Amino acid sequence: MESESLTVQKITLPKKEQVVVHPRKPIHWKDYLVKFGFYVGVVGIWELIALFHVWPPYILPSPVSVAQTLYYGFEDKSLLFGIGISMERLIIGYSIAIVLGVLLGLALGRVRYLEQSVGSAVLGLQTLPSITWLPAAILWFGLNQAAIIFVVFMGSFLSIAISTEAGVKHIPPLFIKNAGILGIKGWRLYWEVILPASLPSIITGMKLGWSFAWRSLMAGEMLFVNLGLGYLLQLGRDLNDMSLIFAVMVIIVAIGMIVDHLIFGLVEKAVKGRWGLLVEEH
Amino acid sequence: MINKGVIAELRDGVKKAVKGDRPAKPPKLHLRGISKAFRSVNGDTTLALQDINVKIREGEFVCIVGPSGCGKTTLLNIVAGLDRSGCGEVLCNGKRVKGPGMDRIVMFQESVLFPWLNVRNNIEIGLKSRGLSKGARRQKALDFLKLVHLSKFANAHPHELSGGMKQRVALARSLAMEPEVLLMDEPFTALDAQTRWILHYELQSIWEKTGKTILFVTHNLREAVCLADRVIVLSSRPGRIKQEYHIDLPRPRDDSSVEVAALATEIMGILRGEIEKVMKEELDEGSCKECDVKCVGAATDGRKLPAPVSPHGK
Ligand SMILES: Nc1ncnc2c1ncn2[C@@H]1O[C@H](COP(=O)(O)OP(=O)(O)OP(=O)(O)O)[C@@H](O)[C@H]1O
Ligand SMILES: [Mg+2]
Repeated sequence: MESESLTVQKITLPKKEQVVVHPRKPIHWKDYLVKFGFYVGVVGIWELIALFHVWPPYILPSPVSVAQTLYYGFEDKSLLFGIGISMERLIIGYSIAIVLGVLLGLALGRVRYLEQSVGSAVLGLQTLPSITWLPAAILWFGLNQAAIIFVVFMGSFLSIAISTEAGVKHIPPLFIKNAGILGIKGWRLYWEVILPASLPSIITGMKLGWSFAWRSLMAGEMLFVNLGLGYLLQLGRDLNDMSLIFAVMVIIVAIGMIVDHLIFGLVEKAVKGRWGLLVEEH
Repeated sequence: MINKGVIAELRDGVKKAVKGDRPAKPPKLHLRGISKAFRSVNGDTTLALQDINVKIREGEFVCIVGPSGCGKTTLLNIVAGLDRSGCGEVLCNGKRVKGPGMDRIVMFQESVLFPWLNVRNNIEIGLKSRGLSKGARRQKALDFLKLVHLSKFANAHPHELSGGMKQRVALARSLAMEPEVLLMDEPFTALDAQTRWILHYELQSIWEKTGKTILFVTHNLREAVCLADRVIVLSSRPGRIKQEYHIDLPRPRDDSSVEVAALATEIMGILRGEIEKVMKEELDEGSCKECDVKCVGAATDGRKLPAPVSPHGK
């Protein structure tokens, strides 16, 4: 017995390979219930106020009439058409802003002279609300689609560039050193290291840029009437159709929430998780 | 069209190279009279390295040990070509090092895996620079993952790996580049003792399998004795070569074995004096304004491996 306990035990290597399973944050049903209850309550009170004619319908339409307007609007495709036109302008202007904004941001982040010259101009222009570009845009491009696309572009371009620049500057120097050691040079350095390394910042900029673009699009369409959702809002005013105004506002909120929370929320979470930037919330 | 003349010329070239190489093969890595000073903002100069001369044979495993701040990282960066030495030069295969190159791959203290790539692509991204085809890259990445026992994690992302696993991926990536020389800067320091122990085993067996030349920097003496053929002890700042030891213990070695511990203790005796000196210097605020970089004995060709240098001022 004694000799056995004295012999050196054979040590086996511990198995380290275990998949790290991230515990999912449990869904709190209570939170959702509270949220749902709140909205049901608001709509209920709104309906009651409308039912008792506290204010006339041209001041406060009932939720039912707003829903009806939405329903007929989608049925005769007039609302769909408005959404389509607005989204087309948004997507064109926003896409150009992403491409040029990321390019400008990369240049600003990598070239010191550009940062000191163009960089200060970018920061200055960023303080301009983009709708203030509309008068100039109309003179440059004429009263057409291009003018409004330009306003959308100016809304998101600079904020995307600024975020990209910040992202490029905050890349850990070891990443760049390591790229050099692995022989990653020239355009490969930009495409395979610098761009993906600053992607979390770029997405933050895109999110910010999107909300600027969306707001300036609505402002532009209301000022310079030509189809689109903003135009439908103006039409509601002209026709004294309060439920149309409310219906369009509901659509604007819905689109904003879908893009902000669903698209950007999910993309941001996926990217930050993979980049190891997600702090576990408790 | 390849004409016969060109082929003959090539053949001649090969013959000449073979003939010329045999008698005096240059060491794989030759550090000649390397000194390095840093100038701080207020104009003081800190001499980080002074007259470092080292020759490393092909396939040799050399560890450099020294107290914190003695310039180990600086030395490795100079060898890697990431930093320039004040004087002296680094020769790799007899050719002067001018910048980072794929013949000298560095493995840093923290694994620098790109978080947006999975484990396999992290290895492949380096192989792309080598001009390998897609299929060859993939195969090679998987082969080297097998070598570090991480085949199962080829498709995992870095954030899903433990620190030790990340270092093994970094090791696989460095090895897959098939560098002539592998430079390692305290690659296992951040790991727990157990993981380090496993990696010491793995590194030794990989080194025996691949026969790479390795220059390994650490402040952990046991680690150095456990891994190296030769341990070079640096003095405190400015780092100079203080002593060299040839370690002839049989392999694989265990960093907690009696022999390793005994040797490490012996070397520790020498280092202790140095560490005390550092502490004293820091208490005295002994910054050296006047110590200029003198290129002492730089580039003396054919110089032998330096004998143990006694600390200056003795
Ligand atoms: N970029 C720099 N600018 C100024 N001084 C530097 C710089 N890099 C290193 N030094 C100085 O050079 C000396 C050596 O630094 P180095 O990082 O090489 O030490 P080390 O031996 O690697 O230490 P450790 O074991 O703590 O990693 C230090 O005193 C440090 O203050
Ligand atoms: Mg160091």
